[in-house]
This record gives sequence, C-alpha cells and structure tokens, in this order.
Amino acid sequence: MSETFEPEIIAFVCTYCTYAGADLAGTSRLKYAPNVRIIRLPCTGRISPMFILKALQKGADGVLISGCHPGDCHFTHGNYHARRRWMVFRALLDFIGIPPERIKYSWISAAEGVKFAEFINSVTEDIRKLGPFEQYTHLIEQTQAPASL
Amino acid sequence: MAKIGVFICHCGENIGAKVDCTKLAAAMGEHPGVAVSVEYKYFCSDPGQESVKRAIRDNNLTGVVVAACSPRMHEATFRKACAEAGLNPYLCEIANIREQCSWVHTDNDQATEKAMDITRSMVEKVKRNNKLQPIEVPVTRRALVIGGGIAGIQAALDIANAGQDVVLVEREPSLGGHMAQLSETFPTLDCSQCIMTPRMVEAAQHPKIRLLTYAEIESVDGYIGNFSVRVRMKSRYVDINKCTGCGDCITKCPAKKISSEFDCGLGKRTAIYTPFAQSVPNIPVIDKANCIYFKNGKCKICSKTCQCDAIDFDMQDTFEDIEVGAIVVATGFQVQNNTMYGEYGYGKYPDVINGLQFERLASASGPTAGKILRPSDGVEPQTVVFIQCAGSRDPSKGVRYCSKICCMYTAKHAMLYAHKVHGGKTHIFYMDIRAAGKGYDEFSRRAIEEDEAAYLRGRVSKVWEENGKLMVRGVDTLLGRPVEIAADMVILATAIIAQPDAKEFAKTIGIGYDEYGFYNEAHLKLRPVESSTAGVFLAGACQSPKDIPDSVAQASATASKVLALFSKDMLEREPVVATNNEATCAGCWGCVLACPYNAIEQKDILDRSGRIIKRVASVNPGLCQGCGTCVTFCRSNSLDLAGFTERQIFAEVMGL
Repeated sequence: MSETFEPEIIAFVCTYCTYAGADLAGTSRLKYAPNVRIIRLPCTGRISPMFILKALQKGADGVLISGCHPGDCHFTHGNYHARRRWMVFRALLDFIGIPPERIKYSWISAAEGVKFAEFINSVTEDIRKLGPFEQYTHLIEQTQAPASL
Repeated sequence: MAKIGVFICHCGENIGAKVDCTKLAAAMGEHPGVAVSVEYKYFCSDPGQESVKRAIRDNNLTGVVVAACSPRMHEATFRKACAEAGLNPYLCEIANIREQCSWVHTDNDQATEKAMDITRSMVEKVKRNNKLQPIEVPVTRRALVIGGGIAGIQAALDIANAGQDVVLVEREPSLGGHMAQLSETFPTLDCSQCIMTPRMVEAAQHPKIRLLTYAEIESVDGYIGNFSVRVRMKSRYVDINKCTGCGDCITKCPAKKISSEFDCGLGKRTAIYTPFAQSVPNIPVIDKANCIYFKNGKCKICSKTCQCDAIDFDMQDTFEDIEVGAIVVATGFQVQNNTMYGEYGYGKYPDVINGLQFERLASASGPTAGKILRPSDGVEPQTVVFIQCAGSRDPSKGVRYCSKICCMYTAKHAMLYAHKVHGGKTHIFYMDIRAAGKGYDEFSRRAIEEDEAAYLRGRVSKVWEENGKLMVRGVDTLLGRPVEIAADMVILATAIIAQPDAKEFAKTIGIGYDEYGFYNEAHLKLRPVESSTAGVFLAGACQSPKDIPDSVAQASATASKVLALFSKDMLEREPVVATNNEATCAGCWGCVLACPYNAIEQKDILDRSGRIIKRVASVNPGLCQGCGTCVTFCRSNSLDLAGFTERQIFAEVMGL
C-alpha cells in the first residue's frame, strides 16, 4: 500500500438533483478527489439499505447518499422517505458492525456544483482518516465463506 | 449470451486528453460479455452514430454502452440510434466519463482508472437491462375547467375556440368571480364589467363549452388523459330549463334584508336571487337558509309569481360523472379578513372597509350606484385614508408574501375617489410602492401627480373614533414624525389569500400546495402552469396572487398545454414505472402509503367461481412517475422499477 490510503467510495444519488449537480461540477471544470464512483437512481426514495450493504460488502470503504433538498424532491417526497429510512437504518449499523460514520448523507441540488465538489473532497478525507473498511473481509476470512453473496 | 458493444468517445480533447481511451477500449474488450469495444473522436456526430448502428447490425449486439458525456446530454441521441438499428432503445446506457470524470480530475492515470470502473459498471448493468416499450395512454379529448372567474373563462374559451370540448364548473350561481365585482381596472381605468360580461356571455353561449354553475367538484379519479370527475349540481330550487330570467320572483320575494355576498355586505339581496344584474346564467337560486318558506313552511310567493312554473322546492342535489382528459384549476382567491388587526378597527367601525368593499362602492352597479358614500350614514367622505399592506408582508399577524396587486388598486382607488369626490383629500400609508408592470408605474405616478394622493411612507398604529371622525395615527418615516389624520373613511388594502378550502380541494384533485394554500407549480420557472400532477394545470390566483393580465396570460398558457395534450390520440410515456409480482405480493399496502401519486391500487385476485382469494397491489402505469420509493418500501421484494431494477443496481455496484 502506498503512503496515503486511497479509499474507495460508492455514491448513490438521484438523477434530478445531485447527479445534475455533479454534472454541473464537471461543466464548471471544478476539480475533486477521484475516489468516488456514482450510481444514478431516479430518486433517493429508490435507495434501499441493501444497496449500501452491497457496496460495503463489495469492498467500498465508504458510501454516500445524496438527493434533492427537503421540499425540492422532483417526486414530491421521495427524499423524505429516504431520510426516514436512513434514520432507522443508522440505528442498526452498530448492531451489524458497520461504523455509521462510513455512510454520509447529504442534500445537493442541481445548482450546487461547488457544494458537490467540496462534499466529495470532505467525504474522501474523512474516510481516508478512518482507514480501510475491513470488517467484512475479516468475517469472510474467519468463516471461510465464499466471498460472493 | 450477452453481446455488448462498448463505444468510447474521445469528445475531441475533452475526454481523450485525460482518459487513455485506447487502454480503456482494450480493457473493456477483455471484459466478459463484451463483443465490440471501440473508440472514436465524436460518437455523437453523424458518422459516429452510423458506426454504432453498423456495429449493432454486424455483431447482433444485445446491449450498448456509450462511454461519453452525461446521459442528460446524449442518452436520447444514442437510444434513438439504437432504435434505428433495430435494438430496443432501453438496452442502451451511457457511462458518464466526461462531466463526472475527465473534466473533474487532474491525474491521467486516476481518471483512466475511474473511467474503467464507470464503464465496466454500466456494462454489467446493461447485461441485465430489459427491453421496454413506451407506455401508451389514450386521451379523452374533453377538458374540465374549475372556476368561472376571468382565468377559468379565458382558459375555457381558448380551448373551446380550438375546437375541443370544455366543461366549465363554477360553484357560485353565476360566472364572473372577483373580476365581476370590480369597478374599474388598472392601469387603463376601463370598467371591469364592460370587459368581463361579454366574455361571460361568450363562454355561456359557446357550442363547445358546457357550463355548470352552482356546481362543485366532489371527487377526481384517474390520471392524465383519463380523469373521471364527479360533479355535484347543487339544488337551485329553480328549474334551469324552464326559467326565462324575467326576475319577477326576485322583485316579489319578501325576504329582502339579506346581506349580499357580491356587494361584500354593503348591499342587500332577496332570498331568491342572482348575485348581480348581469349574472350568467341569468337564473336565480333560492338561498335555503334565508328563504321564508324553507324556514316557516309558508310563503311560496316566488312560486306563485313565476309564470313558467320554474320553482321547485323539492329539488335535490344531483351528481354527474364526467370523463375528461385534462383539468385546469382556476379556483381563485379570497381577501383576508382584517379583524386580526384590532388597532385598525375593521369590523368595529362601519367606515373602516377593505379594498374589495371600496370596489363595490365605486362600481356603477354597486349598492350606492357608484357614489362614494360612507357605509355608516351615507355621507360623502371628504378625507379618506388608505392603509396598504394590511396583512401582506407581515409575518407576525398577516402573511409573509406581497399580495402584488394592492399598490396598484390603492392607486386606482385614490384616482376613482378624486374623480368622484371633487376636493376630497386622500392619504395613503405605504411600505413600498411596487408598480412593476406595463404602464403600472406611470399609473401610480398619475395618482400622485394628477390626482393629488398624499403618499406617506410608514405604518398606522391606531384608528379610533372621535367626534364622528376616524382618527388615524401613523408615522411618516420619510419626515421622521408622527402623523394624525381625521378621516371620514379608512380603506385597508387587504392581503390576497388562498380560498378557505384550497388545501382540502388540492387533496381532492391530488395536487400540491404551499404553506399558504396556494397551489404548487411543477417548476417555478420552467413549468409555471403545470401542477405536480400530470394533466392538471393551474391558472390565475389559485397559484399565487395575480392581477388580471397575469391571470389571463396564465389561463391561455394552460389552454396551450391542454391543446398540446389533446393533439394526439395516444400519450407516450417513458416506461420507467414500477411493476409488481402478484405471486409474492403479501398485500401489506406499504407501497400505497409510500406512493406520492396514488398510483398503486388494490387488485382482487379471483378464483374460478369469482371469490376473492387474494388482494394484491397493482401499479397504474398511467399514474406512476417512476420514482421507485415503493420498490424500496416493499417488504416482500415484489415490486421492482423498470430501468432501475434491483438486479441492475446490484450488478452496477458489483461491476465497480
């Protein structure tokens, strides 16, 4: 491993706000850390906790979720469902052995290219400090279970 | 076996300079399931698209990934190209390696590595894409316009003049709305009824418009192109087919002292009445609460007077179901009741009135036949005080927003007063003068310069009665001193607020509203006349306070939206909708709660003898907008979202 650990981060974003915000960061030629891979969904309401677990299981060191600001959802209240689901899911994370700080939740609108770039940088920095996420790797090694689920 | 084509676009230097496209193409060529992996300078160009089409045909590709700019740019372009080459367009996906990769990273190796991840992830998704067909929904070519004010009338006329059927529903006994109550209109000072009543008649006589007055919307079901609306025809107690509108019954009715709603309480009406002389239709209704016969069981003078036998005391409300393809909501506004300002004395002193009441005093058809007279004693007021923003821009007691029209109508009132009461003195307390509009600032200047209205910048703290005068104490902030005026009449420029039942009604038709009860547009700037529900449009002051030109413009805009909708036999919609596996659905109805569009219905599964053996959720593809919230809610994993299925997303994650 190199001197600085480069985390792998998977982002789940809605197409109407944050994906468009990420596009705006691009068209504005802002520069940000290359550690995040984006998965586009119609709405944050579509994001299942299973996606987050799958991302971590697949080897991601952090996950981020972002959608429209409260009240701005293209689908009127999908982001509220996402928020409530996150509140419930977060309470379970400790129980299943995932530090909640590895999952970041944010609202980024289609106009907030700068916020998007800053958010990516700050999340990358935070996850870098936390180091690699190895809980699942240990588990798989201990139980000799096949790595793919 | 999947045969995926990967097309990597250099976008000139935009991608090519940062991402090693040759390396990317070679790596993708090695990926399982990829049959073709090529790079090119500009795939969006005609030769680029042609090469994609040729590759699809030559290799019988089962899916296409274009690694290029954002799907928001060229997804439609490449999906169209795929369709032209005989590949279902929904088997084409875009890997965004420009906006979200080459443009935002500085290191070439890191950018190339990220581009590989992004493209590989999309290849894995496309392998699991399904062929989808656009959803076709039939359109009923009939529009419902709710509200018979100027906005509703304009929308109805525009749609009808284009040859489409319209049902115009008004809950009052006559068309007209607030505009019929106004005396003159700014900035031209032309008589409101003179421009309004011909439009009312035109709407009532139009062969394509079916007019239902004294009727209310009970329920709205269905979706864009296919609404089913239940209308309640309130009983008028007058047979609309027999009545000739002669008015004999109104003259003879002995219950004459009922406060007139149309005259804002300044005039009287009878129990059988038309709201105003030019009512359309000119057919009276009986006000059951005030009718002597309905109260005491004796009278029936109207019935005895009527030569057409049109009075029917046994009439009941009737219901009618109407099928329509589009709905224009033009339900208007109301003026706020000013009694929350105890210091202004509205409701306590009869000579403190609101702007709408002043309109009735100034109107030639009003209770004073157009003479400005004090409601208390019928004397011409020699000094009047107008108080602007009586409710607007006041978060503590009134509303936070600006009601938009008050600055203009107060200037108009000052002019009307000056024209009618020569030598009268006008004082106007204001916060700011907001006169943005064609000819508006010139108009308000005229009130000051020609009609000598004294504008005082400041608020009024108290109005009280002293020696038959209304004493108004306020402050002139520009001179920095308190002001006390002995006035004969005080007029409050009341805030424009939503209809009292606006929120309830929004739930009936399934549209969104803001904290004040004004209806939400789909997009404040780019879709200002559409509601958040497809096929329901907004016109006039039900969306926000508006003046007449703005309401008319918005009404015409809704008509153009409705006509665009009616221009096709079938509506075509993106097939990104939820689907349900009825075999595994447990009928918990979690999805019904989650759906923002009421698109999920309960469906009965019957056995051969017709008994219900199971109840399951069923998604109406006409209503579903494809957000996927229900899918995530589903406890039994029965729901899925076409285009963003669980399999596709898991594959995307695993492909990274």
